[in-house]
Amino acid sequence: MSFPWANEYKPVHPFMRYLDERLPLPRFVYNAVGGGYPVPRNLNYMWNFGVLAGVALVLQIVTGVVLAMHYAANAGVAFDSVEHIMRDVNWGWMLRYAHANGASMFFIVVYTHIFRGFFYSSYKAPREMIWLLGVVIFLLMMATAFMGYVLPWGQMSFWGAKVITGLFSAIPLIGTPLQQWLLGGFAPDNAALNRFFSLHFLLPFVILGVIVLHVWALHIPGSSNPTGVEVKQESDTVPFHPYYTAKDGFGLGLFLILYTILVFFAPNLLGHPDNYIPANPMSTPAHIVPEWYFWPFYAILRAFTSDFFFIPAKLMGVLAMFSAILVWFFLPWLDTGPVRSGHYRPLFRKFFYLLVIDVLVLGYCGGAPAAEPYVMISQIASMYYFLHFLVILPIVSSIETPQPLPFSITEAVLGKDEHAVLSATSPAVA
Amino acid sequence: MAEQASIASATVTGEGVRRRDFINIAAVSVAGVGGLAVLYPLISQMAPSADVLAESSTEIDISAIATGMAIKAMWRKQPVFVRNLTPEEIKSAEKVDVTSLRDPQTIEERTKAGKTNWLITMGVCTHLGCVPLGAGEGEVKGEFGGYFCPCHGSVYDTAARIRKGPAPKNLEVPPYEFSSDTVVKIG
Repeated sequence: MSFPWANEYKPVHPFMRYLDERLPLPRFVYNAVGGGYPVPRNLNYMWNFGVLAGVALVLQIVTGVVLAMHYAANAGVAFDSVEHIMRDVNWGWMLRYAHANGASMFFIVVYTHIFRGFFYSSYKAPREMIWLLGVVIFLLMMATAFMGYVLPWGQMSFWGAKVITGLFSAIPLIGTPLQQWLLGGFAPDNAALNRFFSLHFLLPFVILGVIVLHVWALHIPGSSNPTGVEVKQESDTVPFHPYYTAKDGFGLGLFLILYTILVFFAPNLLGHPDNYIPANPMSTPAHIVPEWYFWPFYAILRAFTSDFFFIPAKLMGVLAMFSAILVWFFLPWLDTGPVRSGHYRPLFRKFFYLLVIDVLVLGYCGGAPAAEPYVMISQIASMYYFLHFLVILPIVSSIETPQPLPFSITEAVLGKDEHAVLSATSPAVA
Repeated sequence: MAEQASIASATVTGEGVRRRDFINIAAVSVAGVGGLAVLYPLISQMAPSADVLAESSTEIDISAIATGMAIKAMWRKQPVFVRNLTPEEIKSAEKVDVTSLRDPQTIEERTKAGKTNWLITMGVCTHLGCVPLGAGEGEVKGEFGGYFCPCHGSVYDTAARIRKGPAPKNLEVPPYEFSSDTVVKIG
């Protein structure tokens, strides 16, 4: 599970020795995120975001469990109970703002984590399973965030629930019964609100479980690194603790600064004023949009305005939106290039930055009203998005000549270091 | 040991079916059927409950709706548009070549005989379920003079037929009948 030179857990205190023989939980933690996990010595700050995502999940669970002590999942009182949290509950305003903005922070770090994976091709063998589990976590996050946004039962909550469950009605034959089954009625109402609350409470713990699998799968080959060259020798690694606990701690500080700025100085910056209007099934807000982290996918959904290959526009939009994420599942097999890191792939690197711009454009269009020129821009950007994954990536990875890789991580860090040269000539290591 | 060896050889060579194989398969099958039977109520509980299904009909007084006006009523927790069409609106709907429509229907098929001016439809966009604009006073009616959905830009004409945008179908006409000249029963 780890490299042969990994530090071994050696309990000193008699109680810890006693515990280690009966329940080796401290040993497990030591090997997972302690001194017993050797990590490449050259990780940059892009490798902070996995830990940050974990912290964000814990923040969401802690604030969420507390909010659930004061919230009432009933269509008659849900909106008022959220106002009760904001006005009457001790520190309720802070906890709710921490939870709402915590979701945004969670998505910021997870998107960075995903795009780190794109740039450094972290999905390539032998790390495919880590990547696939990561996509599963992202899908679970999206479902959880959507259902959480419904709970305050404001106008955006209600119409978000209606539009997103309306996606399922696009499925031929079973669509409308499926939508009614999901909602427990003909439109979002008490039944829907109750089950969304139940699932919103459950899914974070499911995410936690998949994260355990994600980290487990990670610890088999060990962390990747900015050169994409695998670990070859002890000098390539340092123990996770204290080296990366310290580095992650610094990143965590920056994360918390940004987070607290949002919570205390701009708590409604990323929200929608319409959600402070109680849900009204008779009137749709003039400009209905999801939260910012769904905008790129919402733009793809809206990009299909006319029927396409005999498939109705509505179904096409829904299929495209789901495919935009499902295509990530095939990424390890679409990018066939032997070199991982974008630093050594000049052509790939250009298309990576184009993809970043494309997703930002999609995000901007997803937040804009459904009118020209945004519809046309979304159509072009959506087409490019799929072109990138299905056409450009396979072609680039097969025609590109990568730049020469360093022999080892140690060489990449120390240049022509004597130890690295010795390793290069040593047949035992090569 | 000898017994185990003979069992192993029987399994490997596939000679006959042992009592134990039968018991294994039977036990797992019964447990499987039981498991599936438990699954059914777990899935079915999410479907609309009896009280939700019971709200199936509603009566609307239409006497106060002047020509050219519309109201929003509620049926099954969803808006219903009741619109008193002007003769010009009916004419403009009749003029359209039905075969050119995405969801081909004439205005006669969408209203009751002799009451062509009463256009009664769900106020639920067939795209993703937003309430289109156009029934309330001063709301945008879209370029075909009917309804306009602000969510994703679907445009409906004066017979509430889809003309432009992502919606696949015309606004749904709910089951209804005129109880009298001034009362409509929906559902």
